[in-house]
Amino acid sequence: MAASSYASPAEKGWYYLHRFICGVVLLFLIAPILIVIPLSFNSIPFFTYPMPGLSLRWYQEIFTNDVWTSGLRNSLFIGFSASLVATVLGTLAALGLSRPNFPWRPVVMSVLMAPLIVPVIITAVAAYFFYADLGLLNTFTGLILAHATMATPVVVVTVVATLAGYDHSLTRAAAGLGAAPITAFFKVTLPLILPGMISGALFAFFTSFGETVVTLFVAGPEQTTLPKVMFSGMREQISPSIIAAATVLVVFAVVALITVELLRRRSERLRGIR
Amino acid sequence: MALTMGSMSGSTVQLPLRTKLQRVERRRKLRAFALVLPLLLFILITFVLPLSRMMRSAIHDDTLSLLMPRTTAALRDWDGKELPEERVYDALAKDLKRAWMEKTVGKVSLRVNYELPGAASQVKSSARKLSGLSGGPYKAALIGISPLWGERDVWGVLKRGGSSYTGFYLLRSIDFEYNANSRIVASPGEKAIFRDVFLRTLMISITVTAATLLLGFPVAYLLAKLPPSTSNLLMIVVLLPFWVSVLLLTTAWVVLLQDNGVINGILMSLHILSEPAKLLYSRFGTVLAMTHIQLPFTLLPIYSVMKSISPSHVRAARSLGAGPFYAFWKVYFPQTLPGIAAGCLLTFILCLGYYITPALVGGPGDQMISNFVAAYTNQQLNWGMASALGAILLTATLLLYIVFNKLVGADRIKIG
Amino acid sequence: MRIGSIIARAVGVAGVSVSALLSAQPVSAADQLTIVSWGGNFQDSQRKAFFEPYASATGTKVTEDSWNGEQAKIRAMVETNTVTWDVVVGGSMGQLCADGMLETIDWNKLGLDPEKFNGREDCAVPANAAANIIAYDKDKLPSGPKTIADFFDLKKFPGKRGLNSRPIVNLEWALIADGVPIGEVYKVLSTPEGVDRAFKKLDTIKKEAVWWTSGAQQAQLLADGQVVMTSAWNGRIFDAVKNSGKHFAIMWDAQILGYDYWVIPKGTARLDEAYKFIAFASSPEAQAEMAALIPYAPGNQDAVALVDAETRSNLPSNPEHMANALIYDEAFWADHQDELTQRFSAWMAN
Repeated sequence: MAASSYASPAEKGWYYLHRFICGVVLLFLIAPILIVIPLSFNSIPFFTYPMPGLSLRWYQEIFTNDVWTSGLRNSLFIGFSASLVATVLGTLAALGLSRPNFPWRPVVMSVLMAPLIVPVIITAVAAYFFYADLGLLNTFTGLILAHATMATPVVVVTVVATLAGYDHSLTRAAAGLGAAPITAFFKVTLPLILPGMISGALFAFFTSFGETVVTLFVAGPEQTTLPKVMFSGMREQISPSIIAAATVLVVFAVVALITVELLRRRSERLRGIR
Repeated sequence: MALTMGSMSGSTVQLPLRTKLQRVERRRKLRAFALVLPLLLFILITFVLPLSRMMRSAIHDDTLSLLMPRTTAALRDWDGKELPEERVYDALAKDLKRAWMEKTVGKVSLRVNYELPGAASQVKSSARKLSGLSGGPYKAALIGISPLWGERDVWGVLKRGGSSYTGFYLLRSIDFEYNANSRIVASPGEKAIFRDVFLRTLMISITVTAATLLLGFPVAYLLAKLPPSTSNLLMIVVLLPFWVSVLLLTTAWVVLLQDNGVINGILMSLHILSEPAKLLYSRFGTVLAMTHIQLPFTLLPIYSVMKSISPSHVRAARSLGAGPFYAFWKVYFPQTLPGIAAGCLLTFILCLGYYITPALVGGPGDQMISNFVAAYTNQQLNWGMASALGAILLTATLLLYIVFNKLVGADRIKIG
Repeated sequence: MRIGSIIARAVGVAGVSVSALLSAQPVSAADQLTIVSWGGNFQDSQRKAFFEPYASATGTKVTEDSWNGEQAKIRAMVETNTVTWDVVVGGSMGQLCADGMLETIDWNKLGLDPEKFNGREDCAVPANAAANIIAYDKDKLPSGPKTIADFFDLKKFPGKRGLNSRPIVNLEWALIADGVPIGEVYKVLSTPEGVDRAFKKLDTIKKEAVWWTSGAQQAQLLADGQVVMTSAWNGRIFDAVKNSGKHFAIMWDAQILGYDYWVIPKGTARLDEAYKFIAFASSPEAQAEMAALIPYAPGNQDAVALVDAETRSNLPSNPEHMANALIYDEAFWADHQDELTQRFSAWMAN
């Protein structure tokens, strides 16, 4: 929409003011990330512009220092395991929830969504006490379970959204043509919801990958993840290697964001929405 | 579907169609529910159960009844008016001696210190000195060792400790406590800190919610009006902070707000400031960073509601003679209210539980309730206080969540 | 609750077996050791002097973590039977020892002569002695503070001060600045009036206080210009001068000298390995190596002879630095830590 030629001067004024405000807000959203990223290439450990020189030394540090590399390894392993658990459980649940005659939907849904809403510190402290009782504190199992719990809602939401456009007559058609329910699921339903599942799994992975607070409480030194390394580093002194690690994570996030967007388009095309 | 129904009716006794349909319906419901059951159980065990355990520890504490069994039993029928008799001191001496031997006196003294600040070292040194004492009478001896045992306060604490349940932690969380007669009274000034903290949490959450609405509404409007090709591009800008974890965004703000950081650098090179402003470890910095992080959460629900508003309504109003602002305010804006409610409520709920950002960007005076929960859990090991503060925060959140469900519905939560 | 916890336990066990299958890094208990220390350049020095030589000498994989002396963490681990820290470096461990949270040190098993370790405790082997001092930036404050009273004097030295976010050292300094003779600090602090007096003195600089939680923040606060002076550990400041070219200076008046200890949380699965490591790190050679990296006085007296003269002049034990020094009282803090920490936290938050 452009300012129409027959708009009054006041309207035109508002139009440009509105555009200006939006520009400022969008800048506010993106600028902190864009300003900080170049500082990770600073040759000296300070955080102001102009930078005296460029260097990859902080990246070299995070990819060679044992603390960072084992943090990355743990994050990947825990993120992968947690998103696996969350995706399997979440997709099953989404399939059930999307059936037209699912009973008590609002109540069940609000229980399943609760991990998104409950303050993360409460989740962390509760998990800390609970896993301590069970002897699962400072173990991979405890951390994976805790992360999976926090990641299931995003899987449910994403897969349910994919299923919202799902035409149930396709399954019935498969059944009518003699396919067993299992066959129908793998041949018809799964290919159609796969993009949603992958998006959900990605979301779940990133939930775990970026999770800091529960990790601080439930993880022991052998489960130290990347965010935990960053958080303890920040409490001490913020070094450029923390920003380098943050940059790597932002790049990860952008790639994932684009992947999800492409998947969403593909899924819409498959279901004939577009 | 007809096929399944037909085969079923062949194998069973003829039933009225109504009953058969009901059965099929029930079976379908069960099948749908069975798919959700694994996740539901998983959430109940790994999430709901831990939360209820935490809620319970807000009122459950059996430290004293377990570690000081004789004393708490002997105090059962103490009326609290005078100092207890020798019999109770004798029980105390036995309990303390045992606690000293079993190295549990630290726990006892810590528990007493929660209610009587400054008593921990008295309890400990009393236990140490008692361990060298062979026999009674103990009343005079104990009062001689420490004046603590000559006052009624400590006996009130021990008497109340006879019950495994205590209201102490919840009372403390709202700045009340028991006095020597086990009456509930307001905590004295230096201990009454939590109402301030709750109020601060509330104020920060309201400010951030209002700021995100103010900043988010115009952008949501723009995105809803733009053609999809442009709006999708701008949407990435909105979604990026949403995707990047809170920790990363907070890191960015720490770097920006430092005394020698980017913002102060710019302001000083433009000669707006002559010396760096105190932005990091300040309320302003905390609210600024939280507003940035929460902006997409407020913006997106408003945007999705705006997308569903038909432009013909405003056009109709305009053609009926309404001015552009009148048409916007009277016709368009009211239709965005559900989105505003959803976005603001979501942001407000999430703000109440902020931890990382106040911890890294705020100063000691900007710590929110979550930071106290964390400090009590990790640094002070006062799990009762952590649970009590947590229980209050959780209850407030859940109440708002119910409102959110009534207003919006949990199944309407969207991501990305 | 009970049935719930049984179910949860069953799920937990199932989870354990699943994750055992999934786990990419199966590590047996023996060839692995988790050591927790103060972080920053202190831990960097320890890595060079102790962790890496030990790892290459024995083939043990050393996992490191850092903490800020939150003793609750050890307590929680021991009480919930989930001890994952095998060796911990920290100060003032008397209370944890009294509460049965730490292994009692068996000096025979360690194979060391206890007489060489001044300041040893039942559960703790002295690793080194560090001085709590006041540091300032000479570039910004050419004539810095001369006495601890200057640190509390906002008129003479306006501006922010960096302070430890825990009561230790702060309360002692407050009393000394308020005129309590150094020999009577702990006697005064044992009385309720003395504690009130210390807090009252701290009140006078509270609005100018910037609280640090970890040692690495000390030099950072000065470098960023966030504070005009800060309480600090001498090694951290020394390192900032040596490695970052900063012109920081140390004021040694009323330095508070305290030990860092090696301790072993009770219930670790790697007890023998932990002893082996502490013995290794307590040898005179390793200790001298450490002192050369960061100027803290060695815990093992035999190491002092191996330290070169220049390093020795930087140590807190240099007689010039000891002119008006207070020795940190372990016994006092073992008794009063809980109550003073609680009061201090409430005071800070208020």
